[in-house]
Amino acid sequence: MSLRRLLSSVALAAMTFGFLLPSLATAKDIELLNVSYDPTRELYKEFNAAFSQYWQARTGDTVTIQQSHGGAGKQARAVIDGLEADVVTLALAYDIDAIAEKADLLPADWQKRLPDNSAPYTSTIVFLVRKGNPKGVKDWNDLARPGISVITPNPKTSGGARWNYLAAWGYVLKKELGDLARVHDPKAAAEVAKANAKARQFVTALFKNVPVLDSGARGSTTTFVQRGIGDVFISWENEAYLAIKELGPGKFEIITPSISILAEPPVAVVDKVVDKHGTRSVAEAYLRFLYTKQGQELVAKHYYRPRHPEVAKRYRGQFVDVALFTIDDVFGGWKKAQQTHFADGGLFDQIYQPK
Amino acid sequence: MAAGATLQQHTPWNASREGHGIRAEIPWIKWTFVSVTLGYLGLFLAVPLAAVFTEALRKGIGAYLESFQDPAALAAIRLTLLVAAIAVPANLVFGLAAAWAIAKFNFLGKNLLTTLIDLPFAVSPVISGLIYVLLFGQQGWLGPWLSSHDVNVIFAVPGIVLATIFVTFPFVARELIPLMQEQGNEEEEAALVLGAGAWQTFWRVTLPNVKWALLYGVILCNARAMGEFGAVSVVSGHIRGKTNTMPLHVEILYNEYNFVAAFAVASLLAILAMVTLVAKTFVEWKSRQSVELLEPTTAEEV
Repeated sequence: MSLRRLLSSVALAAMTFGFLLPSLATAKDIELLNVSYDPTRELYKEFNAAFSQYWQARTGDTVTIQQSHGGAGKQARAVIDGLEADVVTLALAYDIDAIAEKADLLPADWQKRLPDNSAPYTSTIVFLVRKGNPKGVKDWNDLARPGISVITPNPKTSGGARWNYLAAWGYVLKKELGDLARVHDPKAAAEVAKANAKARQFVTALFKNVPVLDSGARGSTTTFVQRGIGDVFISWENEAYLAIKELGPGKFEIITPSISILAEPPVAVVDKVVDKHGTRSVAEAYLRFLYTKQGQELVAKHYYRPRHPEVAKRYRGQFVDVALFTIDDVFGGWKKAQQTHFADGGLFDQIYQPK
Repeated sequence: MAAGATLQQHTPWNASREGHGIRAEIPWIKWTFVSVTLGYLGLFLAVPLAAVFTEALRKGIGAYLESFQDPAALAAIRLTLLVAAIAVPANLVFGLAAAWAIAKFNFLGKNLLTTLIDLPFAVSPVISGLIYVLLFGQQGWLGPWLSSHDVNVIFAVPGIVLATIFVTFPFVARELIPLMQEQGNEEEEAALVLGAGAWQTFWRVTLPNVKWALLYGVILCNARAMGEFGAVSVVSGHIRGKTNTMPLHVEILYNEYNFVAAFAVASLLAILAMVTLVAKTFVEWKSRQSVELLEPTTAEEV
C-alpha cells in the first residue's frame, strides 16, 4: 500500500517542525541562564521581569533570563558537567566552590567579588508543622524524639538540607557549651569534643526519624504538604512561608526554634561562560541589581531576609527574631563543614543508614 | 483452576464449535476473575486518567486553555514534537536496517547484535542519560573537545535527541525481527530471480510485507519518545522554555504549585496515550486483515 506516502508525510512533518524551530531562537536579544536552587523559583520569576525592564530602560537591549532549578548540589554538578550558566545563584557557598574547584569556571576567591559574602539575601531554617501542632514540636530536641516523623531533603544533593543538618548540630553545641564562641577556644577542646559527640548522637537520632530524603527542598515540600507525609518539615524560612501562602493558610504552622543558622545563599557570575557568551556586563549588572533597593524589595516579598538596612527595617515584622549563628562561627566555613560532614565517608554517611 | 477459568472465557466464541464441552461452569469463578481484572484496570488506569483530566479542568476550561498560552509550555510542546520528529524516523531507518540484517542474513556477531538491541529495555533510563553526560559532559571523554569547537550536546537539544533515540531504539526493530524471520527469504529471492533490482525488491516486496508491523513499531516508538522522562531529565539541564520536554515541564509546573497547568500539559500526554492506543488497535486489526487476505493469494502464487 501507500507506505511510501506515509514515509513522505513523515518527512514533511519533520520539515514543518524544522520551520518551527528557528522561532525558538530568532531574536538577537541577550539571553542569560541563571542556574539556581529549588525554592527561588518564584523570586527569580518576578526578579527577572524587573531586571529585564530595568536593563531595557538603561541600555535599550532586551534581555531574557532563562531559569533552571533543582537541588543545589545537583545544579552545581550540572554546571560542572557543562550546563552553561551565566550566573549561578545557589543555596550555599560550597556548591559554587565546587564549580571553581572541579571545573575551574570561576576564580577560587569568587565570594569576595560582591558585598556580604556574595549573598544578597539570607534566610534561616524553621519548622513547618501541621495545623495545631499536634505533636507539640517546639524546638530541635523534639525532632529526635521517637515516634515523630521528620521531613528533610538529602544533604548530599540539597543545599537546604545541609543548612538543616548544621543548624541541628549547632543547636546541640550551643546547649552543651552555653556559648558558641567556645567552639574555637583551645582551652575548651575536651568539652567541645564531648559536645560534638552529643551532637552526633542527636543528629543520628533525628535522621532515624526521616522516612524519605528528597533530592531538593521543593521535592520535600511536596512530600510534606501535598503527599501529607511527616509530622514536621525542616525547611527554609522562605519555603515555609511560601508553602503556607500557596497551599492553604490554616493548614500549616511555622515553628521557630530557639536557635538556628544564618543561611547565606550566594550568587556568582561564571567567568568562563560569560566570556564565551559575551554577556559579562549584563550578568554582572543582573547580580548587582539584587542588591538595589528594588531588588531587595522583591527579595523580601518572597520571604528572604533582605540585606539593605532600609528594606530590612520595613519588613522586620515579617520575620521572627531568632538567635542565629553563622557557619563560619561554628563550623569554620563551608569547606571545612563540607569535608567533615558531607564528603564521601564523612559524618553524614556514617550517621545515615537508609532503611 | 486458573486454566479452567481461561477456558471458560473463551466459551462465548467457542460455544458453537465445542458445544457444551465444558460442563463444570462455575459462574462465580468467572465473575471473580472478570471483576478482579476490571477492578485492577479501573484502579490503576481509569482512575488516574480521570484524575488527570479532573485536576486539569478544576478551574474551568478557560484556565485549562490558558495553560497552553504560556510560552514555556508551548516551547515544551514544540521541543517534544521536534525530538520525536528526529528520533522516530532515525529509529525507523535503524530498526528496518537492523531487522533486515538480522532476519535475512547470517553474519558473525548476529546474536550479539540481537542482544544489544534489547539493551535500552534492560537499562534504567537514568543510566541511559548518565551515559551521555559521561560521554559528552564537560568532564567527560568528548566534552572538552566539543566545547572547544563550540558544540553543545549535553544540556541542549542534541543531548535530548540522543537520549531519546537510545531509549526508543528497540521498538521498531523488535516488532520487525520476528515477522521478517518468519517470512523468510523466498519472496525476495523470487523477485530477484524475476529480474527486480535491489531497491525494487525492497520497495515492492520486503516493505509491503512488513508495513503494519513497522507502523506498529513506529507508533510505540513515538509514544515513548514523547513520554520519556528519566533519560531526558538527566541530560536536559531543565532550562525553562528551552530544554524542557513536556514530561519535564509537567514536573516543573507541579513543583511550582501550578497544578492546573501541570495537569493540563499532562492531559496532552494522556490524550497522546489514548490516540496511540486507538492507532495501535487499528493497526493490529488492519494487519490481521491483510494477513487473512494475503494468505490465499500467496499460496496460489507460490
